[in-house]
Amino acid sequence: MASAAKTHSDPGRRNQTLTPLLRVEDLRTYFFTSWGVVRAVDGVSFDVGPGEAVGIVGESGCGKSVTALSIMRLVPPPGRITGGRILFYAGGEGQDVARMSERRLRELRGSDVAMVFSDPMTSLNPVLRVGDQVREAMAAHRRFTPRQAGERVVPLLQRMRLTRASRRAGTYPHQLSGGARQRVMLAMGLSNEPRLLIADEPTAALDLTVQAQVVELLMDLNRELGTAIVLVTHDLSLVASLCTRVVVMYAGQVVEQGPARQLLRDPQHPYTWSLLRAAPRIDRPRPVRLAAIGGTPPDAARPPFGCRFHPRCRHRVDRCSSDEPPLDPVGDHHLARCWVTMDGVAAGQPDGPL
Amino acid sequence: MNIRPLRIAATPRADEATPLVRVENVTKHFPIGRGLFGGQVVRAVDGVSFAIRTGETLGLVGESGCGKSTLGRVIVQLQPATAGHVFFEDTDLVSLRGERLRRMRRQMQMVFQDPYSSLNPRMTVGDLVSEPLTNFGMARSRDRQRRVTDILRLCGLSASAVGRYPHEFSAGQRQRIGIARALVLNPRFVVADEPLSALDVSVQAQIVNLLEDLRSRLQLTYLFITHDLAVVRHVSDRVAVMYLGRLVEVARTADLFARPLHPYTTALLSAIRVPDPDLQARRRPILLKGELPSPMRPPSGCRFHTRCPIARFPICAEREPALEQRRGDRAVACHFPGKL
Repeated sequence: MASAAKTHSDPGRRNQTLTPLLRVEDLRTYFFTSWGVVRAVDGVSFDVGPGEAVGIVGESGCGKSVTALSIMRLVPPPGRITGGRILFYAGGEGQDVARMSERRLRELRGSDVAMVFSDPMTSLNPVLRVGDQVREAMAAHRRFTPRQAGERVVPLLQRMRLTRASRRAGTYPHQLSGGARQRVMLAMGLSNEPRLLIADEPTAALDLTVQAQVVELLMDLNRELGTAIVLVTHDLSLVASLCTRVVVMYAGQVVEQGPARQLLRDPQHPYTWSLLRAAPRIDRPRPVRLAAIGGTPPDAARPPFGCRFHPRCRHRVDRCSSDEPPLDPVGDHHLARCWVTMDGVAAGQPDGPL
Repeated sequence: MNIRPLRIAATPRADEATPLVRVENVTKHFPIGRGLFGGQVVRAVDGVSFAIRTGETLGLVGESGCGKSTLGRVIVQLQPATAGHVFFEDTDLVSLRGERLRRMRRQMQMVFQDPYSSLNPRMTVGDLVSEPLTNFGMARSRDRQRRVTDILRLCGLSASAVGRYPHEFSAGQRQRIGIARALVLNPRFVVADEPLSALDVSVQAQIVNLLEDLRSRLQLTYLFITHDLAVVRHVSDRVAVMYLGRLVEVARTADLFARPLHPYTTALLSAIRVPDPDLQARRRPILLKGELPSPMRPPSGCRFHTRCPIARFPICAEREPALEQRRGDRAVACHFPGKL
């Protein structure tokens, strides 16, 4: 496996040596709509190691959520996985989620891989007590006997730091706050001790002080249970608190990926660099003006020719509008899809020359 | 009615000591239902007093349900106050009715969060932006068309936008349309209620820069309502912090961020994240216990005492601290300010 990974032609593989838990290879998920084919995910590759926390970041429409749904094979019609592989290594051989039987898929979902969404209200059944929903999540996978499942509910909710867990197991979703509902969702997601948790904007609907609690919880789960996490978010600072590796997406493609520290401190793609500079930061002096990115994200049905970011890029050269750049190594385990090297233009040097 | 030309200021910042808007003891209670909850009220805003100075941006922050949006709506008279007064310069808006209120309303406009639901999809951009002119009796004229294209341009949209519909625009452009609509009457005071939260980060920066440009060019005064503290630090001269219908702290932005006095402000600021893993790892968010109490039954004494890490008993549970002026142009409502 390791040697195959090393010689694989995709540069996303080059630095990977350990057997991953999840390997996404050249994933393509297209939506066949009446106004054209929307290439929501267009050749995305990345690995997630056992126990690792990887952030997939980007703005709305970049394909980050569709990537997450593809991993669970939950892409709604008219979307379809049209190419690539999603290899899940459940001991030894990798199994391709994209080609798995429905039966195996049902086993996988919830037991090996679980997913939580930003809005727990829409993912919980409003007419069932939350404790029963957590128990059902376990019953569905038969990892635990019904009796074990019943006994695990309250400790699980407690582990998610839900206060007064035994009393609140008997309540309905609408009786709980957003933060408490997210804890119930996490309890359901983690009830079968999955190896991988996919969290799509898990804090987006929550207040800042509640976000802080959920972030702490996710960090503890990652550390204590060794659950690998794929965090899908638009929030680079959320990634900075949780993830060791980051995948940045733009218009259906990975434009940069690498170790979190390196990528966030010394971004090599102009899009990452611009995103980091666009939002006001409390760890920096207040700038006179924010460094806005001009224009708007492209229409995924008609992405720009060449580099998909070039119409909005301040550093573009002629080549950017005609040739699509490859995702190439720019540092240790660090890849970027850009013709113009960003070397020498650190985030601290505004508008530095290129 | 005659349309004044756009005020383009040479020097921004009018007299900062004179309040443009003064809120006195404003309360907004929503009675809820009959039956089970009969007779109960949600105390969305409960006895709030503060002033917004001419030419400043006052940031209003707090978590969902704290009453900040309701307060904004009450100030511009989109909703009547249950009690209290809102002065615009020397006029008490609460006592005004009919034509006099309408005239005052021209001076105060609102920019909303969601540029999707706040713009009628069946109206062209030209109609949307000129509608307020119609409502205020400004007849169709060349002046009027000129005024619409001027304000669109000022908001970063081309004059050709006039004949198009909202769905033809991106979210950021739609927010520009919403801003043009708010500013077409040449108001002096604008309440911006979470104007960025429906937008992507790259577009948020464009709108922040636009709002700042407009403020200095048109000599506007802003009440900027948001949950995003990094944005508030960027845009505000002063910041007011709300918790469960009450103001807990008001201070100059730099002072608030350097040294928060109310434990709730301290906790909020500690929870802000930074996109740098090393710096973030050194930050220690103060995790508040429990959850936001119901605004139907706010806790006795200080409303924050049930979650406060430094609450002392019995005083914090019995006596509600008043918002007291302190040295250095700041105010705080806490029995033990600066102790967390």
